[in-house]
Amino acid sequence: MMERNTFYAFVKRLWRNKLAATGLCIVMLLCAIAAGAPIIAPYNCNAIDVKSILLPPSFQHICGTDELGRDVFSRMVYGSRISLAVGFVAVGISTILGTLIGAIAGYFGKWIDSFLMRCVDTMLCIPDIFLILTVIAFVGENVFNIMVVIGFTSWMGVARLVRAEFLTLKEREFVLAARAAGAGDARIIFIHILPNALGPVFVSAVLGVASAVLVESALSFLGLGVQPPDPSWGNILMQGKDNIETAWWLSVFPGCAILLTVLGYNMLGEGLQDILQPRLKNTR
Amino acid sequence: MLLYCLKRFIGMIPVFFGVTLLSFVIIQLAPGKPTDRLTELNPRITPEARARLEQYYGLDKPIIVQYGRWLSRIVRFDFGVSFSSDARPVIDKIWDRSVPFFDRRLTITFLINTLSLFLILAVAIPIGVLAAYRPYSLTDRITSVAVFIGFAAPKFWVALLLMMVFSVQLGWLPISGIKSLNYAMLTEPGQFFDRIRHLVLPVFVSACGGIAGMSRYMRSSMREALSHDYITTARAKGLSETAVLYRHALRNALLPLVTLLGLSVPGFFAGSVIFETIFGIPGMGQLSYQAIMMRDYPVIMGLLCITALLTMIGNLLADICYAYIDPRIRVK
Amino acid sequence: MFSNIARYVLLFLCIAVIAGKRAESKTHHDPVYGDALVVGTIGEPSVLIPMLATDSASHDVAGLIFSGLIKYDTDLSIIGDLASSWDISPDGLTITFHLRKDAFWEDGTPCTAHDVLYGFKTITDPSTPTAYAEEFKQVLRAEAVDDYTFRVTYRERYAPALTSWGNMAVLPRHVFEGTLLQTSPLVRKPMGNGPFRFKEWIPGDRLVLGASPSYFLGRPYLDAYICRFIPDPATLFLELRSGTIDFMALTPLQYARQTATDFFQKNFNKYTYPSFSYTYLAFNFLHPWFQDKRVRQAIAHAIDKKEIVEGVLLGLGEIATGPYVPHTWPYNPDVPQYTFDQQRAAALLDAAGWHQIDTDGVRIKDGARFEFTILTNMGNSLRMNTATIIQWRLAQIGIKVKIRVIEWSTLINEFIDKKRFEALLLGWSIGVDPDQYDIWHSSKVRNKELNFISYNNPEVDRLLEAGRRTFDIDERKRIYGTFQSILAEDVPYIFLYVPYALPIVHRRFHNIHPSPIGITYNLYRWYVPRDMQRYRLSP
Repeated sequence: MMERNTFYAFVKRLWRNKLAATGLCIVMLLCAIAAGAPIIAPYNCNAIDVKSILLPPSFQHICGTDELGRDVFSRMVYGSRISLAVGFVAVGISTILGTLIGAIAGYFGKWIDSFLMRCVDTMLCIPDIFLILTVIAFVGENVFNIMVVIGFTSWMGVARLVRAEFLTLKEREFVLAARAAGAGDARIIFIHILPNALGPVFVSAVLGVASAVLVESALSFLGLGVQPPDPSWGNILMQGKDNIETAWWLSVFPGCAILLTVLGYNMLGEGLQDILQPRLKNTR
Repeated sequence: MLLYCLKRFIGMIPVFFGVTLLSFVIIQLAPGKPTDRLTELNPRITPEARARLEQYYGLDKPIIVQYGRWLSRIVRFDFGVSFSSDARPVIDKIWDRSVPFFDRRLTITFLINTLSLFLILAVAIPIGVLAAYRPYSLTDRITSVAVFIGFAAPKFWVALLLMMVFSVQLGWLPISGIKSLNYAMLTEPGQFFDRIRHLVLPVFVSACGGIAGMSRYMRSSMREALSHDYITTARAKGLSETAVLYRHALRNALLPLVTLLGLSVPGFFAGSVIFETIFGIPGMGQLSYQAIMMRDYPVIMGLLCITALLTMIGNLLADICYAYIDPRIRVK
Repeated sequence: MFSNIARYVLLFLCIAVIAGKRAESKTHHDPVYGDALVVGTIGEPSVLIPMLATDSASHDVAGLIFSGLIKYDTDLSIIGDLASSWDISPDGLTITFHLRKDAFWEDGTPCTAHDVLYGFKTITDPSTPTAYAEEFKQVLRAEAVDDYTFRVTYRERYAPALTSWGNMAVLPRHVFEGTLLQTSPLVRKPMGNGPFRFKEWIPGDRLVLGASPSYFLGRPYLDAYICRFIPDPATLFLELRSGTIDFMALTPLQYARQTATDFFQKNFNKYTYPSFSYTYLAFNFLHPWFQDKRVRQAIAHAIDKKEIVEGVLLGLGEIATGPYVPHTWPYNPDVPQYTFDQQRAAALLDAAGWHQIDTDGVRIKDGARFEFTILTNMGNSLRMNTATIIQWRLAQIGIKVKIRVIEWSTLINEFIDKKRFEALLLGWSIGVDPDQYDIWHSSKVRNKELNFISYNNPEVDRLLEAGRRTFDIDERKRIYGTFQSILAEDVPYIFLYVPYALPIVHRRFHNIHPSPIGITYNLYRWYVPRDMQRYRLSP
C-alpha cells in the first residue's frame, strides 16, 4: 500500500521527470476540456447551418466549419469527451480482465496456467482489428459497443505482464509467510501479491489509452466509429479526408488533437515506466 | 535443437484449435444460418435443395460433429463458397491461381508486410542503439520526439498527407494500386521498377508505427544490455567502443527483439486493413474489410484461419531463431 | 442506389435540361482509333452477366459487353439495338422482333433469335438466381420463328413490355447450353456481342475491356475501357487530381468546390444533368407509429427539403415531390406539398397522441419515447449528411432519431428483406416507363420483393394495375398523375430530392454529346485525336 509520504515522493519524482510531467499536463488539459465542454464550446456542436458550410477559420469559427456548417471547434471540444471515454472505459475493461486472468494463471500455475496462456496465444494470433470490426458489424456501431469491444480484444498484454510478475512474486518470503499464516488464495492474490504487481500494469494501462484513441479514429475512418450526430475526432477527420485540398482545417485540427493526445499518454506512460521500474523493459 | 523445434511445434496445436474454435463460435453466434444467404439469394429454391445445402454445411448434425466436419474441411483449405454474388470459393479469392503469382492477394499483403518489416528493422535498430548509447542526449531527444509523433499520428492521415505531397504535388509516385496501366507494355526491369514505385508509400506507411514501437523497444533493451557487468568488463579490457557496442551489447539486446517480431505478425495484418483500403491495394486487408462489411462469413473465417496460421508460423520461426542464437533456451 | 434489384437499374437514364460544357474543341478532328478511357469507381462489379448482376457497378460494365434487342435513344424514345425493327400486333399482345444480321458474338458466331430465346429461357428458369424474372413471367409464349425473327406473346396487355427487352435476356447459347449459368467461369469473363470485350480482371484493382472489332455499329475508336476500383473516395479523387483517371462521377462538393481550380478547367470537362433517380425517406408500415398518417405528415412538415438540396447537394439537384423525375411526362407537379412548418408538425404530432414531452424534450405516447432509427447505406456521404440534417430537424419537434450506416448487401439481406427497420434513407433509379407496380403494389410484400415498406392502398393498387394495361399516353398520364397525388397525401415515403449526375471527363475525349440519357450512351464513338493519345495498351 502506498503511504502518504511515498505518494508525495512519487508525485515529486513524476514532476521532475520531464517526459512524464509533459504527458501529465497534456492529459490533464484534455480532461479539463472534456469536463468544461459546455462552457468552452462557443456553439451547439450539432447545430447545422447550411448557409455556412466549409468556412475557413475566422473569428466566428476559430477552427472553421464542416460539411454541414457545424462549428469545428465546438465539435472538437465535445469530441474530447468521446476520445477520453473510449480510452478509459476500454482500458478499464482490458486492465481488469487482463489482471484477473494473469493473476490466476501466474498464481495457480500448472494446467490452469497453460490453459489460460493458450487462450492468450490464441487471441494474440488474431489481428485485433479483425475481431473489433466483426463484432461491431454484428452488434451495431455505437460508442458503448466500441469501448467494450476494444476492451475485450486488448487484455492479452496485461495478462502476460501480470502473470510474469506473479510467477516471481509468489515465491517471495512475504507471500510464503502469509500462506503459512493461513491466508486464503483470494486474500494472497488480491491483498499480498497484486499491489506489488500494479506498477507495470499502470504503465501499460496508460499506454493502452493511447492505442485505444488511435483505434477509435481508425474505426471512424472505416465508417464504423461513433455515429452521427455525436462528434469524435475520428469522424471530423473523415470529412477532412474527403476535402483535403479545399478544407485543410478539417484535417489539421482534429489530426493534431489526436496526435497530441496520443503523444501525451505515451509520454506519461514512458515517464512512469522510468520512475516505477527504472530497469524494466518496455512492455509494448 | 530438433527436439526443441518439435516441442514448439506441438505447442502450436492447441493454439490452432483455439483459433478454429473461436472462428467457429463466431459463425455460430452470427445471426442467421450460413445457408440463409445462399438460399435467400434464390427465393424459388426447392426445399430439397435447401436440405442438401444444410447437409453440406452439416447443419442437421449435433454441434460438436459440425465443428469436427468444419475443421476437417479447414485443414484442407476448403473454406466453402463466398456469399457475395460472385459465389467463388473462398480460397480462390485469397489465392487466385488464375492470376500471376505477384497479383494474388496473399502474396501482395505478405510482400508489403515483409518489406515493411525489413524497413522497420533497418531504421529502428540504429535509432534505438543510438538513443540508448547516449540517453537523454540531443540525438536521443530528437529521435524520441520523432518516434513519438510517428506512433501518435493516425495511419490513414499520414497516408493521405504523403499522397498529397509525393503523388499529387511532386508527382514522383503513383497514388494507388499495385501496377501501372501500361504494365504489360513494360520491359521486365521496367515492370519490376513499376511495382517498386507502387510499393513505396504503402510500405512506408505500414512501417511507420512499427518503427516507433520497435525503436523504443530497442532503446530500452539496449540500455539494459549496456548496464550489464560484462560491458564494463569489456570496456575495462580496453576493447574499442564499437566492439563493445556491436559485438557485446547489440547481440544481447537483439535477442528479445526476435520474439517481439514473431508476435507482431497479427499487428501487420491489422494495419493492412487500413492502408490497403486507402491505397486501393488488392490484398488480404481489403478483402477482409469487404468481407466483414458484407457479413461474408466463409471469407471471414478463411482469412481468420490463414492469418492465424501465418502468425503461428511467424512465432515458431521466431522461437527457433531465438533458440539458435541463444543456446540457453534449448537446454531449458 | 436501390436500383440494384429491379429492372429499374436497366438503364441509368436522365432527362431534361443539360447544363455544362460541350466537349467539342474548337479545331475539328476526324475520329481516329487508339487510346483508352480510364474510369475510376468505388464499387467493384461482382458478375458480368446482366441477368445475374444486382449492383450498378456490374451493370455499368456488363452493359458495354452485352447488347440487347432495344435501347433508348437520346430523346428517350425506344430504338432498336440488336433488333432492326419490330411489329406489335393490333391487340398489343404480340411483339415480333426482326434482328439485324451483322451481329456476332466474340468468337464470330452469329448472334441470332435462338440466343434471345435461350436468354429468355434462362431468366425464367426457376433455378437461375436472378432478380429480373418478374417482367418476363408476363410472357405467355416466346419463340424463334427463324434465325433472325423473335416473337413474344403476352398474357395480357403489358405497357412496359418493349422496354424489358434490353440486354437482360440475351446470352450466347452455343457457349452456355448444357452448363449451369451461375457456376460457369464465364460469369466473370463473359463473351458478349457489344462494343467492348472482356480482357482482364484483377479483383480489387482493375477490369480491362478491349474494343470489339466485330461490333455491329462499328469498332469503338477507343482501344480499351479500363475500370479502376479505388474503395476510398478521397484516394479516388486524388487520382483524378493527378490525371491518372479520365472519368468519374463527382460528388456535389467535388463538383462545386474541389474541381473549381485552373487545373480542372484546363484538363477536364464537367457535365450536369438530372439523374433518373430520387432519394427518399421510407417508413415501415408494419411499425405501429408509422401507420398513423398524421405522424408521417408531421415528419414531412418538419423536414426542410430546400435546406437539404442547398446544403447537401449544393443546389445540384431538385426537390422531389413524387416517384418521378421533374420534366418527364409522367411527372405531376400539382400534388399536395409539405412546406417546412414546425408548428404544423407539432400540432399533427399532438393530434396523433404524442403530446406528452419527456424531460429531454422527446415526445412520449403510452409510455414510449418517440425514438427511431434511420438506416442508410455505407459509402454515400450525401445520404449520410441528409440523414444528419433530418435528425437535427426532427429533434426540434421532439423526435429522437438514430442513424445507422450499413454496407449495401448487408442492409438488403439482413434488414430490408427481413423488414427489420423503422425508416430507410435510400434512393431508387427509375426507368423511362412509369410502371412502378413492383414498388407500391400491395401484393409485392413478400421476401425479396420491393414493396418492403408493406404499403397497402387499394386505390393505388387499382391505378397501378390499370396503368400497366394501358398503351395510350394521355390516359396513362392521368392514371399516374392521380397515383402521385395519392402518394403525396399518404406520405409512405418522403420524397426528398432528385440529384444531378455530375460526371467529369478528361478533355482529350471528343464526340461527347450530352443528352437526356447522359453521356456514355455513345461511348463507342468517343475518340482521342492522335496527338493527344495517352495510353497504348495492346502491342
